[in-house]
Amino acid sequence: MKYVLLIHSDMALWEQLPKEEADRVIGNHYKLMDELKASGEMIRVDGLSNERTFIEFRDGSPAVTDGPFGEVKEQLAGVFAVDVDSFERAKEIAGPISEYGVVEIRQLMEDAGTEM
Amino acid sequence: MPDRASTATASPDIEDLLRQLAPQVLAALARRNGQFDACEDAVQEALLAASQQWPEAGVPDNPRGWLITVASRRLLDQLRGDAARQRRETAAIALMPPEAWQVPAPDAVEVAEHEDDALTLLFMCCHPSLSPASQLALTLRAVGGLTTAQIGAAFFVPEATMAQRISRAKATIKAAGARFELPPDTERADRLRVVLHVLYLIFNEGYTASSGDDLQRPELAAEAIRITRDVHRRLPGDAEVAGLLALMLLTDARRAARTRPDGSLVPLAEQDRSRWDPAAIREGVDLITATLPLGMIGPYQLQAAIAAIHDEAATAEDTDWPQILSLYRLLGQMSPNPMITLNHAVAAAMVNGPEAGLLMLASLETDERIAQHHRLEAVRGHLLEMAGDIEAARAAYRLAARRTTSLPERRYLEGKAARLAT
Repeated sequence: MKYVLLIHSDMALWEQLPKEEADRVIGNHYKLMDELKASGEMIRVDGLSNERTFIEFRDGSPAVTDGPFGEVKEQLAGVFAVDVDSFERAKEIAGPISEYGVVEIRQLMEDAGTEM
Repeated sequence: MPDRASTATASPDIEDLLRQLAPQVLAALARRNGQFDACEDAVQEALLAASQQWPEAGVPDNPRGWLITVASRRLLDQLRGDAARQRRETAAIALMPPEAWQVPAPDAVEVAEHEDDALTLLFMCCHPSLSPASQLALTLRAVGGLTTAQIGAAFFVPEATMAQRISRAKATIKAAGARFELPPDTERADRLRVVLHVLYLIFNEGYTASSGDDLQRPELAAEAIRITRDVHRRLPGDAEVAGLLALMLLTDARRAARTRPDGSLVPLAEQDRSRWDPAAIREGVDLITATLPLGMIGPYQLQAAIAAIHDEAATAEDTDWPQILSLYRLLGQMSPNPMITLNHAVAAAMVNGPEAGLLMLASLETDERIAQHHRLEAVRGHLLEMAGDIEAARAAYRLAARRTTSLPERRYLEGKAARLAT
């Protein structure tokens, strides 16, 4: 089963972390990435830059806007895509990357189906 | 290691030949040497060499011997390298089995294929120490002769991910102490069930794929049928092997009718039956008809029998639902599981009316294996629609559409809900 793990980070909190603590957390991310590569569960991992741009339809055409989210504490900071045996395993993977933020787990839709 | 699929210029004929020979060559090496993981690597390298050299140099007179020779040399190189490392580190060279050092002369390599090789290889790839995903991947590579890139593409993961999964699987088998030999008689039946389940999963991966832009996955169904056919040829007396082959044939026969060109799903009752494959149906029906009287009834045979009744009905209205219902009753007793109960409920509704089916669904609502599953709501929607409770049917279809993780199923279920709204 394929899942994406969306890492929503608390940016204000993150920026105030002492270097050693930030290094420790980043180190955990890299450790997890190595583990997922070795186990054959990793599809891909991406870190996202901080700047956000929103495009929305306004008056029937796309326009750059301030976005629908306003000032929120959490911001999408990274995405893990994994292929695992169970939802339980996806939750386990989310554990170490949930520090100073929140990880949202979403299953990918498949392009396969059975006739009803 | 480069992959055959990404580098090869080989013609389809050569690719077919290589895929057919791959398991034979691997089995010959593994039987002699015993180290399955090292042998598998060596065979992959030999296949790669063949796919690069044969298109220009021509296919050798004895392609199997050629592959065994090249793979044996690669294996020897590898073992020598390992041995040299070991010697430097621990002087443990004495542990090498002497036969591992022998390279056959090219004309001396016509190693006879052992009767049990193909089965032994399957048992190895479906080793109980592996997860189903790893069993699938390893079976497709070692038995099916597919490249890592092809398997990765079929499962929508990067080649590197699949390569790692396969290499991890081989290491797991090695660590579990598996030897290249048939499982002992006491374990044989259980291990065969695992093999059949893996073949069934491979078939399903291919069969449930939507048609259209993706040509990799339907090939999985053909591959599963090919391997199951081979197992049936080797174990003709095993009724469940025959049952599984019949089930695959009778299900695959409907492939062309089960999706529209845009990939959307067509339910069984609405399929254009003139597009079903009569040859596959004939073969499947003959097989299950010959197998059931053996009296060793099992779940695959019962599912094949049900598929045969569907396939033999000229129209959906002609379907012999009372017989299907009694088969589901047997199946539910033999291997109780909530998915079978769901299908049982549909059959009950067709024979005794929707209320009978809905009553059966009630028993599933407290079963945590299925209570949150979209299929429960999809079936409920169908039965409520039969009962004329349109409002409730629509709500059930909508809930099912929200819960499914399949895009074609979501489209289908949303379509059902939308049509009921008008």
